[in-house]
Amino acid sequence: MNSDPPAHIKAGLEIHQQLETEKLFCSCPSVLSEQVSGLVLRKLRVSVSEMGEVDEAARLQTAKNESFEYEITPNSCLVELDEEPPHAVNMEAIRVGLEMALLLHSAPVDEVHFMRKVVVDGSNTAGFQRTALLSMGGWLDVGGRRVGIQSICCEEDACRKMERKGDTVTYRLDRLGVPLLEISTDPDIDSPEMLKAVARKIGMLLRATGKVKRGIGTIREDLNISVRGGSRVEIKGVQELDMLPAIAENEAARQRRLLDASGRLAERKHAIEHGWKDMTALLSSSQSTVIRRSLSAGSIIGGMILPGYAGLLSSGGQSVIGTEIAQRLRAIGIHGILHSDELPAYGVTEEEKTRVSNELGARSGDAFVLCAAPLSRMDEAMAAVVTRALQAAIGVPEETRDAKEDGSTAYSRPLPGRARMYPETDVLPIRVDRKLLEGIASGLPEPFEEQAVKIEKEFNLHRQQAVQIAEEGYGKLFTDLSSRYGNPAVLARILLNNIPEAEREAGTSFGDLSVLEGVMARLRDGAFAKEAVPGLLVCMLRGRGLDECISALGIGGMTREEAAGIIARIVNEHSDLVRERGEASVGPLMGIAMKELRGKIDGRDINALLASEVRRVISSRDA
Amino acid sequence: MIMVADSELQKKLASLGIQPGDEIMVASGERELKGILIPHHEFSDHGIITIKLGSGYNVGVKASGRTRIELLKKADASPFGKQQRGAEHTATNELRRVAFAGTGGTIASFVDYRTGGVFPAMDAAGIVSLVPEISRICSLEGRNIFSVFSENIGYQQWCVLAEEIADRLNEGYSGVLVSHGTDTLSYTAAALSFMLPRLSGPVSIAGAQRSPDRPSFDGYLNLVSAARVSSSSDIGEVVAVMHASSSDRGCHVHRGTKVRKMHSSRRDAFRSVNAEPIAFVDDEIHFLSDYRKSTSGRVRADTRMENEVALLQFYPDMDARDLLKWTDGKKGVVVAGTGLGHVNSGLVDAIGRLTAKDVPVVVTTQCLYGSVDLNVYATGRDLIKAGVIDGKDMLPEVAYVKLRHVLAHHSRPGDIRKAMMNNAAGEFNDRRTGLDEF
Repeated sequence: MNSDPPAHIKAGLEIHQQLETEKLFCSCPSVLSEQVSGLVLRKLRVSVSEMGEVDEAARLQTAKNESFEYEITPNSCLVELDEEPPHAVNMEAIRVGLEMALLLHSAPVDEVHFMRKVVVDGSNTAGFQRTALLSMGGWLDVGGRRVGIQSICCEEDACRKMERKGDTVTYRLDRLGVPLLEISTDPDIDSPEMLKAVARKIGMLLRATGKVKRGIGTIREDLNISVRGGSRVEIKGVQELDMLPAIAENEAARQRRLLDASGRLAERKHAIEHGWKDMTALLSSSQSTVIRRSLSAGSIIGGMILPGYAGLLSSGGQSVIGTEIAQRLRAIGIHGILHSDELPAYGVTEEEKTRVSNELGARSGDAFVLCAAPLSRMDEAMAAVVTRALQAAIGVPEETRDAKEDGSTAYSRPLPGRARMYPETDVLPIRVDRKLLEGIASGLPEPFEEQAVKIEKEFNLHRQQAVQIAEEGYGKLFTDLSSRYGNPAVLARILLNNIPEAEREAGTSFGDLSVLEGVMARLRDGAFAKEAVPGLLVCMLRGRGLDECISALGIGGMTREEAAGIIARIVNEHSDLVRERGEASVGPLMGIAMKELRGKIDGRDINALLASEVRRVISSRDA
Repeated sequence: MIMVADSELQKKLASLGIQPGDEIMVASGERELKGILIPHHEFSDHGIITIKLGSGYNVGVKASGRTRIELLKKADASPFGKQQRGAEHTATNELRRVAFAGTGGTIASFVDYRTGGVFPAMDAAGIVSLVPEISRICSLEGRNIFSVFSENIGYQQWCVLAEEIADRLNEGYSGVLVSHGTDTLSYTAAALSFMLPRLSGPVSIAGAQRSPDRPSFDGYLNLVSAARVSSSSDIGEVVAVMHASSSDRGCHVHRGTKVRKMHSSRRDAFRSVNAEPIAFVDDEIHFLSDYRKSTSGRVRADTRMENEVALLQFYPDMDARDLLKWTDGKKGVVVAGTGLGHVNSGLVDAIGRLTAKDVPVVVTTQCLYGSVDLNVYATGRDLIKAGVIDGKDMLPEVAYVKLRHVLAHHSRPGDIRKAMMNNAAGEFNDRRTGLDEF
């Protein structure tokens, strides 16, 4: 994080949560798949709207002239391939959405109408995402503050992006059509920490429905954020709740830097009057690898003067407008850009910098950019440079940015305009009447506090554990499994400790916790001991079945007699120790016994068997 | 969109001078919503008003007696059925002129993005604005000659189209591009193939399985490829130009008498049946099989057809009395039999009675792939004795269209049989090769 004071921000969240149901418009399972059975190649083109207007974001995307390759998976059908109309909407998904509406005091619409939201980055085969508004308004209280809810929508998830090679982007169809709930808050959030708290609370409510997927990538947060004097910037695709504060801090700092640059620019004469000039010949013998690689790839080097911009492209070692320009170019597939504030660097010498500067007619206070691109694309590239340079005057341009794993963000596209939504005529409207809502209201999960009290009493858990179970949204699952299979304390540890630890170790997550049913049933039947659970979970996370893991780990339950035999052998092997320390040898021997018996028989039983064996040996010797 | 009989609500809206497209406010209880009134969806519930909110979402609002509705702003002009502004395109001298004839269907319709209403493109400029790439291939000129769903296209439209095509080719256009709904595209292709025996340029028909409002509009590639075929090939046939696979890599050019829609929704629904496609088109035309070349000279549309022809598909237990009832008054009958061209023995007699009255009966196979062969089984031989005409590997629909054409030109049974057996427009293929998937 940076040294700036805590950011004063104005922010709203958009939370996207995958649901644990079939897909939204077909009966394909909502899972990811590593099996690919075929490929199709498609193009997407944006058509003009009725006003002869085209959504700017969509137009820019089409300008990239990309092809999209779709990997066909076993969990996709002709609907995902855009080869068949959508089937009837999955009402289970709509019901979960309405359940969330009731939990968040949000007013459901009287009739749900699905829309087509134009998205031409290839992530949807049709070129649009199906989305419907389920409810409007509402609120939730977080840490004594009330945050408004704007809307709850139900939409289909997009394809998984696999790779990009040149102008071809490969997507996988497995994720396309998985139902998502989109919950948007009002811009009532004013600190990075509050962002996290609000996201956490909404996540808890979602889990409480018992119908959401879990694990990395199943919940994604977008945030809308601005600082005073800045503009609304939409940051997409935050996958880790814990990253929200850092991303917000970084974005606030970026907006402040841009506002500062705009202030400095206002004091200067900064009209951009000239077109670009070809610098290829001038730099043809440059030793810069960036330039040499571009030239050998058939690109030319264009130079453009930005009058009055010196020191604004980067400042104090921190790139300001320079990075912004580079990101704009990257968004249209052009990667080679250098600017005068960062030169000499990257193998470009001071002398080369001066020659370029002279050739372009730059004066003191002017900056320039060098851009490597094919001749056919140089006009487009330089237009993007000019557009972003001019926007420096207004400070923070409204735009959509992608969240990066390190907490930074990068430009992705302009904010999508209004022209992008129209009715999905293949899907019938869904009436939300009183009967439907009453049915949903009667099955709402209890408030967390009440759940916790019940769990604490009924299953004799620690207060803290009970609260945690409720807040993690495990209340229903916990009550159900504990009532049927017993071992509530073990289950609590599994949910709160063993699973997160096993998921960290295996580097993957359980899509849902239905595996616990088998684990708890077999534990009750003595198939293995509770100590075996962590290893079992890791094994199952690596894709193997419960039985397979039990036999692979050698933890198949052991009778007391078998265990007693092993313990007798261990005691015998360590008779010196027993002789020396008497009953106190149980402690060190316990460690040795656990090594052999962990998971095969309950630890308490091992301890009891060991103590009695040691006593037996001592007394027989004494005798 | 159909206005459902929801008279109370309609009256209320009308009394307030509110029409679809107007900006309104709907208030019930504590909730006040502002948005644009959307035409009532056919399947919306009674009493539901659909409005488009500022966010772009449409929502349905229940209007009860206590609901307040206010007109906030009239729409500037009717936003419905507004003509798409065609992109300006200037024909340059180097580009060949292709005549466009629109007939309606998915391929040439626009969506009003505000309301979801669909309305047809009216002319070549509209098509070029949908598919700008065409303007680099040819100069497309022309208009919609009618605008109907393809299931409503029949003889009357075939005549208009055939005359239009002949006129345009005779005016010197390099070729003709017809846009057509996909459902009956192959019937029209077959009819035009028989009506236009000699062509001075290619006539390509293109359709779409996805509507043009979608970025994934498949008609884009079909229209571009058809424009390429019609402007720069020496094909002298009526052909269908449609996706060759589910990918947007290129199109197949199918002979008008051999093509059939084999899937209700896929892009690559159109297949050449019992024949290779004539060509594959991407940035170029790659020929795959023989075709008739265009000829110089005047194109004449021979549009006469007999209306009284029936096409029947045989099924188990089909009753002879039913067959005679359905074919009563018909001048010719096409039967799509099972397998090699069979019907049950009860029908053989009924068919014999038809042919005895000089009503020709053509036998085809409902397998579609493969040929009729009446010599293999006794039933087939009985059918020969009953006087049927062997439809060989002709598609049942093509046999139907051909019989209509033949009956309008011949009356003597021998002449009809001879004409039906003549390979007039590539409808027969004697050599069916290869074991590709069908």
